[in-house]
Amino acid sequence: MATAPRSATRPAKSARKQRAAGRRHPLATVALIMVGLIGTGGAYALFTSSATAETQTAAAAQLDDGGKLFAANCATCHGMALQGTTQGPSLIGVGAAAVDFQVGTGRMPLAATGPQAEEKPPQFTDAQVAALAAYVASKGPGPAIPAAEYLTGTGDAAAGAELFRINCAMCHNVAGAGGALTEGKYAPSLAGVSAQHIYEAMVTGPQNMPVFNDDNISPADKANIITYLRYLDQTPTPGGFDLGNLGPVSEGLFIWIFGLGAVVAITIWLTARSN
Amino acid sequence: MSTTETTRPETALEPTRGARFTGWAGNYLDERTSISGLVKELGRKIFPDHWSFMLGEVALYSFIVILLSGTFLTFFFQASMATQVYDGSWVPLKGIEMSAAMKSTLDISFDIRGGLLMRQVHHWAALLFIASIGLHMLRIYFTGAFRKPREINWLIGFTLFILAMLEGFTGYSLPDDLLSGNGLRIIDGMVKGIPIVGTWTSYLIFGGEFPGTDIVGRLYTVHILLGPAILVAALGVHLLLLVINKHTQFAGPGHTNDNVVGVPIMPVFAAKAGGFFFIIFGVIVLIASFFTINPIWVYGPYDPSPVSAGTQPDWYIGFADGALRLVPPGWELELGGYTLSLNILLVLIVVGVFLVVVALYPFIEGWITGDQREHHIADRPRNAPVRTAIGAAGVTFYAMLWAAASSDLIATHFRLTIEGVIHGCQVLLIVGPIIAYFVTKRVCVGLQKKDREIAMHGYESGRIVRLPGGEYIEVHEQLDDYERWKLVSFEDYKPLMIRPDKKGRITVNQRLRAAASSWFFEDRIAPVSRGEIESSHDGGH
Repeated sequence: MATAPRSATRPAKSARKQRAAGRRHPLATVALIMVGLIGTGGAYALFTSSATAETQTAAAAQLDDGGKLFAANCATCHGMALQGTTQGPSLIGVGAAAVDFQVGTGRMPLAATGPQAEEKPPQFTDAQVAALAAYVASKGPGPAIPAAEYLTGTGDAAAGAELFRINCAMCHNVAGAGGALTEGKYAPSLAGVSAQHIYEAMVTGPQNMPVFNDDNISPADKANIITYLRYLDQTPTPGGFDLGNLGPVSEGLFIWIFGLGAVVAITIWLTARSN
Repeated sequence: MSTTETTRPETALEPTRGARFTGWAGNYLDERTSISGLVKELGRKIFPDHWSFMLGEVALYSFIVILLSGTFLTFFFQASMATQVYDGSWVPLKGIEMSAAMKSTLDISFDIRGGLLMRQVHHWAALLFIASIGLHMLRIYFTGAFRKPREINWLIGFTLFILAMLEGFTGYSLPDDLLSGNGLRIIDGMVKGIPIVGTWTSYLIFGGEFPGTDIVGRLYTVHILLGPAILVAALGVHLLLLVINKHTQFAGPGHTNDNVVGVPIMPVFAAKAGGFFFIIFGVIVLIASFFTINPIWVYGPYDPSPVSAGTQPDWYIGFADGALRLVPPGWELELGGYTLSLNILLVLIVVGVFLVVVALYPFIEGWITGDQREHHIADRPRNAPVRTAIGAAGVTFYAMLWAAASSDLIATHFRLTIEGVIHGCQVLLIVGPIIAYFVTKRVCVGLQKKDREIAMHGYESGRIVRLPGGEYIEVHEQLDDYERWKLVSFEDYKPLMIRPDKKGRITVNQRLRAAASSWFFEDRIAPVSRGEIESSHDGGH
């Protein structure tokens, strides 16, 4: 890059001598761009160096906050050094994604011991969640919070749907309505879950969920799955009310209670004697 | 307006143009078909009025709706498993390979005008069809309307129930979606679990290894040709026998074992029934318009690897699915290198025996009671406590199997463990019917006692009267004769006595029968006799 402008400006000067008409040399544009680029590049370098300094202090503060939040809210079960106790697993190497999912969906801190952590309104603000995530991530490398490009829901819904049926539907149900697991555990419904949390769940495998790492399902395919779930969330069901998307059980209950109920009510009405 | 019409009687004498045309047309038809005999015979058939007598009609009308909507679907459905690539309107399946059956079903749902409504009408009507058959059978059972001379019609009705389930299951399997494919795989597993012939039968059904490329075409033939043809034929016999046997009626003043009190088919009943058909059609269309059924676009095309959580058959196959779920783990035997799958055989046996008992119940009860008389008066369930109790036990048994089929959804929705639900269903499958039997029997006998009390002494009116002598009495309000009739007119059975036959021997058969009979009629409340009523009235309250 650095050598290219020099070689380009020389012919520009010689060209100007050749033409007396005062018209701008064709390479003047190139020269102008070069000047602009060098200018912005320099300015950028200046700004980023100062920005890095700022970020570094901010990151240090965030880590500090995260450490305090961790000690106050998490360390009882997970240990002061994240080493884990009899009450909770070690968090070394779980990564920022795991913290963002567990704390961001309110599953952690745990409300009560039970078969599995239940979703509830998050206890911490987004900034606090980020601080906790940064703190835990600083203690050991692990899955990071996913890049925004995978979370836009603009992938291939058909490919995502197929992957979802093969990898996810056996627990979460084909429509993402959730399903039962052993010993009172369950796969939750996926309706309304944010793209970031879905992605994080896939890479970290919270609760009983297996980990779907990037060799297993590539980030682009994860984005496709998110696209499919987003499509289900945003598209009204074509056939009318979906009865919870629970399949033939809710359909059977519906026809017995409301269908046959209505029909029996009609037969009683038809055969009623007028008073 | 109306007054001017009533003051002109001559209009009633002169037939109008319309009436003359009707008369001419009727005569024209009759001279060529002699249909008047049939109309006279059928048109004067009497149908009693009770809401529960209309359940069979509901089944009939939903069947007609199924035929109509099904015909529409056949115009667009392709019963082929040839692989095609979907390029229709549902985005999450675009570019996915699937069978022609699945693709055409998706096209019916999204790209053919009115197709989705017709699909939903067809499927909802099928669920209502079988549900109303079930309720109709329960009505017949609990009112004893299967007794002589209607035992054969019960058997035909039972056949219709089985055929309806067959039709339902084959229809459910046709779209070749993930859910129906999983269902077929279970059927395949059950067939393969049968010793010796199982594997070969499965190969025969699927034309090779499951799933193959033949099954949808074969099911289609069964679903739209064989099934409906046999069903319509059996339905014809069912209705013919209904006409021949006449309809049962509940006890009431003027209702005897030799007459039928109600309205004639022509014109009142026919008009009512015609209207009723449209009401049922309307209810089905209303449900189909607002509620999704079988969203195959969510299930996706069949692929043997994925099995979704919450995979269940339609409700009427649920009891068989539940039976499979309730088998304890590890029920297998290995005999000389061959596995005997008791976990499947047991289900086939239990479900099979249950269905056979249901089919043959009229004959079983007929043998126990030894009753050779014709019965045209329907029983009130309480007046046959043991039959009602057996029915309640059977319903409980079926219900437990049915509940077990949705064990996973019960677990998630009621926050239970799935193991707990399964174990609970296992226990209740055995204990539940026993409890239901005794509770129902006691309730029936209690209701009979209450009826007897009311028939003899009337209702407690709550009016306390002080007599001149200072005595307080509560005035009982007597029933009128019409109401009392309903309470006292039922047949009283006594346990059969063991009697030696012509050769002076008492056979094992007779002993068994006497034992069964005494079990059936041991606890009974006799209907109030005329003498008892009269003597009780003399008491004053």
